[in-house]
This record gives sequence, C-alpha cells and structure tokens, in this order.
Amino acid sequence: MDLSYGQHYEDFRNETRQFIAANAHLAPNGLEPDRAKMRAWQELLIQNGYVARAIPKKYGGFGAEPDILKTRIIAEEFARAQVSPGLGGQGIAYLLPALLELGTEEQKQQFVGPTLRGEIIWCEGYSEPNAGSDLASLSTSAVLDRDEWVVNGQKIWTSTAATADWMFCLVRTEPTAPKHQGISFLLFSMKTPGIRVRPLETMTGDSHFNEVFFTEVRVPKHQIVGQRGQGWQVANLVLLHERDDLGDPDATLLRLNALIDLMKSERVDGRRVIDNPVYRDRLMKIQGRVMALRFNDLRLLSARLNGKDASLAAMVVKLQGTELRHELEGLAIDALGELGILYRDSPYLRAGGSWQFMYMLYLGLIIGGGTSQIQKNIISERGLGMPREPKPAT
Amino acid sequence: MEFGLSKEQIMLQESVAAFLDRAATLDRVKKFVHDDEPRAADVWDGLCDLGIPGMLIAEEYGGIGLNLLDAALVAEMLGSRVAPVSFVATSVMAPLAIAQAGSDSQKSRWLPVLAEGRVVAGAALGETVSSRENARIQSDGSTLSGRALFLLDFEADLYLVADERRALYLVDANAKGLTRRSLATIDKTRRVGKLVFDRALGELLPGSRDGEACSRMIDAGRIMLAADTLGAAQSMLNKAVEYSKQRVQFGRPVGSFQAVKHMCAEMAAELEPCRAMMWYAAYAFDAIPAESRLTACQTKAHISEVGTFVARTATEVHGGIGFTDELGLHLWFKRIGANRQLLGGPDRCREEAARLQELV
Repeated sequence: MDLSYGQHYEDFRNETRQFIAANAHLAPNGLEPDRAKMRAWQELLIQNGYVARAIPKKYGGFGAEPDILKTRIIAEEFARAQVSPGLGGQGIAYLLPALLELGTEEQKQQFVGPTLRGEIIWCEGYSEPNAGSDLASLSTSAVLDRDEWVVNGQKIWTSTAATADWMFCLVRTEPTAPKHQGISFLLFSMKTPGIRVRPLETMTGDSHFNEVFFTEVRVPKHQIVGQRGQGWQVANLVLLHERDDLGDPDATLLRLNALIDLMKSERVDGRRVIDNPVYRDRLMKIQGRVMALRFNDLRLLSARLNGKDASLAAMVVKLQGTELRHELEGLAIDALGELGILYRDSPYLRAGGSWQFMYMLYLGLIIGGGTSQIQKNIISERGLGMPREPKPAT
Repeated sequence: MEFGLSKEQIMLQESVAAFLDRAATLDRVKKFVHDDEPRAADVWDGLCDLGIPGMLIAEEYGGIGLNLLDAALVAEMLGSRVAPVSFVATSVMAPLAIAQAGSDSQKSRWLPVLAEGRVVAGAALGETVSSRENARIQSDGSTLSGRALFLLDFEADLYLVADERRALYLVDANAKGLTRRSLATIDKTRRVGKLVFDRALGELLPGSRDGEACSRMIDAGRIMLAADTLGAAQSMLNKAVEYSKQRVQFGRPVGSFQAVKHMCAEMAAELEPCRAMMWYAAYAFDAIPAESRLTACQTKAHISEVGTFVARTATEVHGGIGFTDELGLHLWFKRIGANRQLLGGPDRCREEAARLQELV
C-alpha cells in the first residue's frame, strides 16, 4: 500500500501547476466559449502534452507513451484550478480511439488531427426511437448503390447535432444477418443533402439533444470504419475506452463541499440549515458514500496501473456515481426548501439554479449511457455470473 | 503508486480463510452457539499457531509487528466465517493501547503473553461512546467503580477499561471487587457481557490520561468491526448468488428473474466500494493521522448501513429457507446486526464525523 506517486510524478504535477498558472489567462471560460479562443487553447495544450498526450505526433497528438498517472494528474490539476482541460466531445472521446485502432491510414490522416484541433466537431448517431437500451436492434439502413451508401432512417439523443460538422453513425447494412452482425460504422458530413436536425428540449430546459432524420443521404463507400457488418464491434471498442476515461475524479467532492457551504449559509426560520440534525445526518450519509466511491476510484486507478483485476469495482461506478450525484443535488434542493423550486432568472435564485439543473441532469444521466437497470443486468450477469433471462420462444 | 493488497496480505487472508474453513465450519459454529460454549479453544489455538493474537505486537515482545490493515484483513475473514473467537479487543485494541500508552514494565509484562495467546484481553470502552442504563466507570485515583456493558471479547483474563474521562486501565479478570456477568445477545458467535466494578484495582496506562489513546482504540475497534461486517456481508452475498442459481421455481433458476438479479446487483454495487473504503481506513490509521479519525467514523457508519442492507436482501433472496436455521444464514445476519451497534451505531458515528469537521 503506497499512495504516493513518486518523485517523477510529483515533479510532473508541479510542472503542470506551473503551466496552468502561467497560461490560465489564455483559457476559454466555460460560459460562452469563443470557438477561436478554444482552438488556440487546444493547440497550446497539445503542444505541451496536456491533451492528446498519447496520440502519435504524425496524427497531430503529443506523441508520448500512455501514462495513466500523468493523465490523472492532468485531470486533477486542471479541475483544481477550474481551468478548461481542452476540447471535450464525443469525437475526441469516442471516435478517435476507434479510428486509431481500426481506421485506415487515410482515415487517420483525414480525421484525427483536425478532430483534435477542433476543426471537426463530431456528433454520435447511435440511439433511435425504437433502439435505446436495445441499441443493437437499430434499423437506420444503409444500402450500397455503386460507390455510395444510401442512408435512410432516424437517430435520437444526438448531442450537438445542430452544430456538429460530421457524424459517426451506426447503420444496418446486412438486414438478413443476425442482429449484432448486421451493423456498420459510417462517417459522413452533416452538410450532406438529406439530413434534417430537430432539437429535443429536455426537462432541464436545454436543447442539447436532437433528433436527426436521414432521407436518401449518400455517403462515399470508403467512409466506413472497419468492415461492413463489423460496426457493433467498432462501437464496443469505443465503449472499452470509455471505461478508461477516468473523468474528473474530484467533481463529486467539489460538489459536496459546495453543498456543505450551502447548508452553512442558508437559513430557515433564522437558523442555519446545517444546525438541523436531520439535514446534517443526511449530509454525513452522502459524505460517507462519496468517500466510498473515491476510495473505489483509487483502487481502480491502481488496478489499471498495476494490471490487477478489479472488474466488479469498475462495473458499479456508473450506477453508484450517477445515483449518488442525483441524491446529493436533491439534498441541496431540500436544504433550499421553497427556494429550491425557483429557476432561470427568478429573484432569490441560488447558484444560478445549478442545484435544480444538476438534479434533473443527473436523472438524465442515470437513464442515459446505459440505464441503471441495464447496469444491474450487467453487474448480475458479468459480475456475479447469474443467468441471463431466457429469450421468449419464437 | 499502489492502492491494493500485497502478495503477503493476500496470503495472510487466504491462510486464515483456509484454517477457518477447516476449524470453524458451519457445524462447528452451530455447536458453539447451541451449546453456549464460553470459548472455542480449538479455533483459538489454531489462530495462535498462525500468530494472529500477536500480529500487531512488536517483534521484540514476541509478535509479528504487522499493521492495522493486516489486522483488518483478518477481521474480514473472521466475519466471513462468523468465527466464534476473540479478536477485536485481544488482538487489536489491548495490544495497541499497551504499546501506545503503557509503561515499559506493563509492556514487558503483558505484550508477550498476549502475543502467545496465553492471556486473552477484553475491552470495556463502549461507555465513552454511548452510555445505556446510566452505565459508566469512575476512578477515585486507585480503584474503579461503576458498570461497563457490552464488552468486546468478554471471555477474557484481562480487561482494558476506560473511565468516564477516557483514561485507560488494565484490570485482572479475577480482581477483587470485579463481577462479570454474561449478556445474552442475538449474536451468539461472540460472547458479550458486562463488568461491575466495586472499588476494583485498575492499573492506569500512564500515557492514556489525555484520552487520546482511548479515542485511537475506538478508531481501531470501529475499523475492525467494519471489516468484520464487510466479510460477513460478502459471505451473505456469495451465498445468495449461489442459492439463486440452484433454486428452481416456475421452471427456471430464481436467479434468472430480473428482480432477483437486481437485488444481487444492488448488494454488489453497494458492497464492493466498501472494500476499498476499509483498506483506506485501516491504512490511514497508521499512515495518514490527519484523516484517520474521520475516516474511521465514516467507514464504521457507511459499512454498517451497507451491511444491514445486504443482510436483509441476501436473506430475502433465500426465500423461506433463509429465515430458518437450516442454512444458518441468520448467524451472519445477527453478526452484522451486532457490529452495527457496537462502538457507536451509524447515526452516532455520523454525528461524530460532523463534529470532527466543525459542522456542529
């Protein structure tokens, strides 16, 4: 048991802090990111190895050896300083790992660098109105017509579709093959004729998600990642990398600290909320759960670093993390009481309504990316070896 | 950077588990419970052979000189087999207290015999956490008077006792003025009892006057009870999963129904992070003093809550048979239930956590 990272990494942490201190004034701030400023920041981060660290130089990355601890330290330090860690988005997070592993050389040259630099913004065409939890049953089709795929169908839950330049999209190309073997992974420009985007307003009031309709959309034949019929495997590879993304390890802790501050500053009948033992106990319960997940996260970091198996510990992260955050935000709203039902530009609003927003957003995150019920199926089947439910007789 | 168990620690857990699988079988435990045995000498002797009583005692006193994480790993195994044997007081709290706050002569008198397992120590610190029935111990400077209920490792030769100012004393089990009375609890795998002091002689641990040693021993005890619960809960989950794969109703294993799968998934999801939490708490006790007390409080509170959830849910997965004595499942349920209350229930520990962080 040794929680220290070692001198080499402590030096790296110090370098990272110095870089942030020296350059933070150049970083875009979260509220209304200026696209040009964001691209310049991204360029600076790549040059210095704070983004795309392990992506080869020839594809526009920094070209260093993959190093989990350095990736971790970078995430921690940028979060601590509340400075933009660079471009996020599905292209960088999900598409690039798939391209780097399964793309052709031409595809890597065409897409990796521009994506990293923010010149191409991607959206993800996966879910459909009739293919949510059962994604593999998707029916958006692509039929080969000489040297073009002709795409017809509809996607839903497509974030940033309205502003994206390109889409990576799962389509059915082998209608007679078994469900998981009939899917292909296509890439195409969002400017291709026949694509219509319709925003979806969610309960938070935002329209971050969209529906996307495809009518006779023509995609050049070579714009496919992997072989035809292999799309499901490509998508799953992407999900494996999703698990490697450790995200912001301190986000929940920062939120808990904000909640403690809120309960100290808010008064009911003239008394601080935190002085009410009922609320204080709820807060301490949340803290205990936050601590358990932080230590679990530490175990996962170490397991990945040292090649140990902690697969069950990894399987429970999404389920436990999203449910905990939703409850934490919910406690804040209870601490606010009637003030917790205000929203948008109302007087007396606290924290710009972020507690209310996050409470709803996290319900969305409990459902999205694999519902809690799907997570429990996965945990019971792959984690505990329990039998799958029998398929209905056809 | 390594947050996990070493090869030696894994071997330690495995050797204790293998021994208990031979010597503390369910039948052996049931016999201990039904016959109301004061001590399971065979199980105790086997643990002595493995060096367990002396695991936290320095080598110069005949121990192995391990750390609290190693002890927590043993506690986890004892809980997983509901082993009918003393541990928390005799192998952890008493040796640590004597080493931290005892005089040199107290150390050389007691540590070697504790290490060998020739003397078993119990601990009466519970009243400094919460007092029921107005129980408390008062010292007049040379003798102790009052009552301590809910001893840990009650069947002992020596007692570590805290007075109401949190100073610590050693009291011989045969001391004049000391009466010992067994208490029947739901958890019959560990003997609990009370001590009544009527001006009994107690030997002060000189370094314990400021109360800090008492607080440290409570931290250690809480981590041990949390580890015991972790082990017991994991056993219950494992049994529930196994049972559900075998029990057939409506033409298929009950474990193939989503409701049952989700009950097990919820238990696993709550319990697995508790493992890392227990490691960290035990590690912090020795290595991160600034975090030790808060982590011990929250670990005891959180693992108690998860343990209770697993105890009831695992019983439900077993259906009617889980409610009977047939599988002995209730032994684990009751061990978890007892651990929950000892040295401070979850609410008590959370309140303490709030006070430590000056939120009160």
